[in-house]
Amino acid sequence: MHLHKYEKWWLIFGVGTLITFLLILGYGAFYLGTHPQSHGITIDPQEIEAEESFKPENLGLTKVDEGQYVLNVVASAFNYDLGTDEEGKPVKHIQIPKGSTVLVQAVTPDVIHGFNIAGTNANMMVEPGFISSMEVTLNKAGEYTLLCNEYCGSGHHMMFATVEVTE
Amino acid sequence: MAIEKLLKYEQDSRFPLTLSKSESRLYMSFISFAFIALFVGGLMGLLQVLVRSGYYTLPAGIDYYQVLTVHGVVLGLVLTTYFIIGFQYTLMGKTVGISDTQYRVAWLGFWVMTLGTVMAAITILYGKASVLYTFYAPLQAHPAFYIGLALVIIGSWIACFVNWRQLYVWKKKHPGEKSPLLAFMVVINMIMWFIATLGVAASVLLQFIPWSLGYAATIDVLLSRTLFWYFGHPLVYFWLLPAYMAWYAIIPKIIGGKIFSDSLARLSFVLFLFFSIPVGLHHQLTEPGVQTTWKFVQIILTFMVVVPSLMTAFSMFATFEISGRRKGFGGLFGWFVHLPWKDVRFLAPFVGMLAFIPGGAGGLINASYQLNSVIHNTIWVTGHFHLTVATTVILTFFGITYWLVPHLTGRKLTPSVNRLGIIQTIFWAIGMTIMSAAMHIQGLLGGPRRSSFSEYNGSEQVAEWGAYQVAQAIGGTILFIGIVLMIYIFIKLAFFSPKGNEEFPIAEEEKDAEPTPMWLEKWKLWVAITIALILFAYTIPIMDIIQHAPPGSAPFAWPIGNN
Amino acid sequence: MMKKKTLPNSSSQEPNLKGTIISVSIVGFIIVASWFAVFGLFLSR
Repeated sequence: MHLHKYEKWWLIFGVGTLITFLLILGYGAFYLGTHPQSHGITIDPQEIEAEESFKPENLGLTKVDEGQYVLNVVASAFNYDLGTDEEGKPVKHIQIPKGSTVLVQAVTPDVIHGFNIAGTNANMMVEPGFISSMEVTLNKAGEYTLLCNEYCGSGHHMMFATVEVTE
Repeated sequence: MAIEKLLKYEQDSRFPLTLSKSESRLYMSFISFAFIALFVGGLMGLLQVLVRSGYYTLPAGIDYYQVLTVHGVVLGLVLTTYFIIGFQYTLMGKTVGISDTQYRVAWLGFWVMTLGTVMAAITILYGKASVLYTFYAPLQAHPAFYIGLALVIIGSWIACFVNWRQLYVWKKKHPGEKSPLLAFMVVINMIMWFIATLGVAASVLLQFIPWSLGYAATIDVLLSRTLFWYFGHPLVYFWLLPAYMAWYAIIPKIIGGKIFSDSLARLSFVLFLFFSIPVGLHHQLTEPGVQTTWKFVQIILTFMVVVPSLMTAFSMFATFEISGRRKGFGGLFGWFVHLPWKDVRFLAPFVGMLAFIPGGAGGLINASYQLNSVIHNTIWVTGHFHLTVATTVILTFFGITYWLVPHLTGRKLTPSVNRLGIIQTIFWAIGMTIMSAAMHIQGLLGGPRRSSFSEYNGSEQVAEWGAYQVAQAIGGTILFIGIVLMIYIFIKLAFFSPKGNEEFPIAEEEKDAEPTPMWLEKWKLWVAITIALILFAYTIPIMDIIQHAPPGSAPFAWPIGNN
Repeated sequence: MMKKKTLPNSSSQEPNLKGTIISVSIVGFIIVASWFAVFGLFLSR
């Protein structure tokens, strides 16, 4: 099979580019440890409260250390449960100081949901049977929308909360 | 070189074959069904962009997601599959012929597919299957939806068997000859389709149907998703390869050139067979239950499938340049200026090719592991596949329609329809540029896909998306005008154009082309390598998914209003 | 039927594909540029 000289150049350039991309991604993944979430930790979707983190009193944002937070979320059709405030009202607005690290943990008792703090890298699928989790650092102050980005039924687009990154 | 060479194939002596009247009717049935789907699905698309603009509410309490389900199923599964199978039959009919038995079995396939489509359609229209075309468990549709889907798949398998048989019979009659290029490509595409649909068929038959009928209490959600995406990525190549068939072996004839390289065209198709399937995990990168190592392995395999597309890009430009230079247009880009821009049979697929440049670049980004979290399930993805399938593939299919339909109905593509076709192509190009660009940008800003209009928390961020959704409505409306034009053109070509003989363009090789090496016809080896790659990429992840499965999920019918 | 023809050795000159290599280079540039643009966005977030 004969390849034109220029086609060889093109394929060498193309394959070289693909390898470069893969090396950059592989370096990020296996040297720096930046993976998309994948922990494989299972949970019974009908018994999510059996897990300490998802008991009603542990939901929402908790400060564990200076600049260290945990955010436990139960995503269900069509609501994000972020716990309740002092008056017993559901929390729909959380504030996180800029630059702090947040360990997000999310589960669902029903169907598949998305967890996306829009405009950030905090983007995960939330599937029945698994605990979704990832650590994020939000570096830009502002008001972000936490929303469901996987279709979960007729009220899918009504599923949201606000994440405010404060100065 | 010690490679065994095939005899030089004398193309003039044998094909193109003539298509009989009854054959043409079979092929037209598939293609007409595809155009009905285009209109229905396109209308749904128009409703979606209007709703999402925020200035329009659906009448009579129709659910946005029901409309979205129709759009995805009818365009992604019905339009594509019917057009592709119909087109591929004509390619086989032209190059290797069809026997009476094969013809009858082909009709059987058509009716099985159509029965399945009608079943699924009725279920969706009754609001019992608003699960979108991906039907992710544990959202539960009515069993008739899943049974309908299974029938569509089984019907398409019948087309696989017929196409394979057609080439097999031809090869028996022509020992030692290489198979005609287009027949080779069709058979590759159908092998890929068959192997890929085994995954979704297993999921539908063994998981969804028993579960939706109540025989199984729960379903393994992650397994069903993994089997779906095992099918879902090769699905997009099943759409793309027929477009590549036209680019490699039909466009050269239309522009008055020759096939750039028969062997490279075949090689690229073999590579597509290898690398289209073992890559589905790149749709599942942000999922909690799949191991990172295997996600990354499939990312590497995904990048491999880029290589045959790089080869295709080179072949296309080379075909254009060589034929232009032969006609005497010198200079660096003289050949480009003198391409037949006023011939819609060329222009429409060419615009499709252009769309594949940003489409392919976007695809690489989507599959780039960590980068996926920037765009996953944002409307960027919708913008991406409206470039690839809804522009590259569909404009190529339109480009085929302009000569294929009159060829089948014994009519002519008239200059006035040609002119209308050019206008149609321009509408499509403009509408899609606006809509897809707006989707890409809004996606990078975080706007979600598959979502009805919502102001969410009323934040500035969400308000910023509004302008892009209005732009999508403008682009989508222009596209819908394009669809109406195309339906008009189709009806005109099928029923009202003047009688005559429209050419079925099949390009030939250069007289002194290098012969195609024999090893490209090692079918068993290609299938064996394909299966080996699939086993390599999927055995451990699927074993892991099954062994470490959480308790299964009970059905949820109420979120989609299927009570 | 199966007459073997003598194959001309590919002594014929390679076609001039200067325009092609320039065109695909543009394609390559678009791919690389858009990839790094999104990569930059990923890092900045």
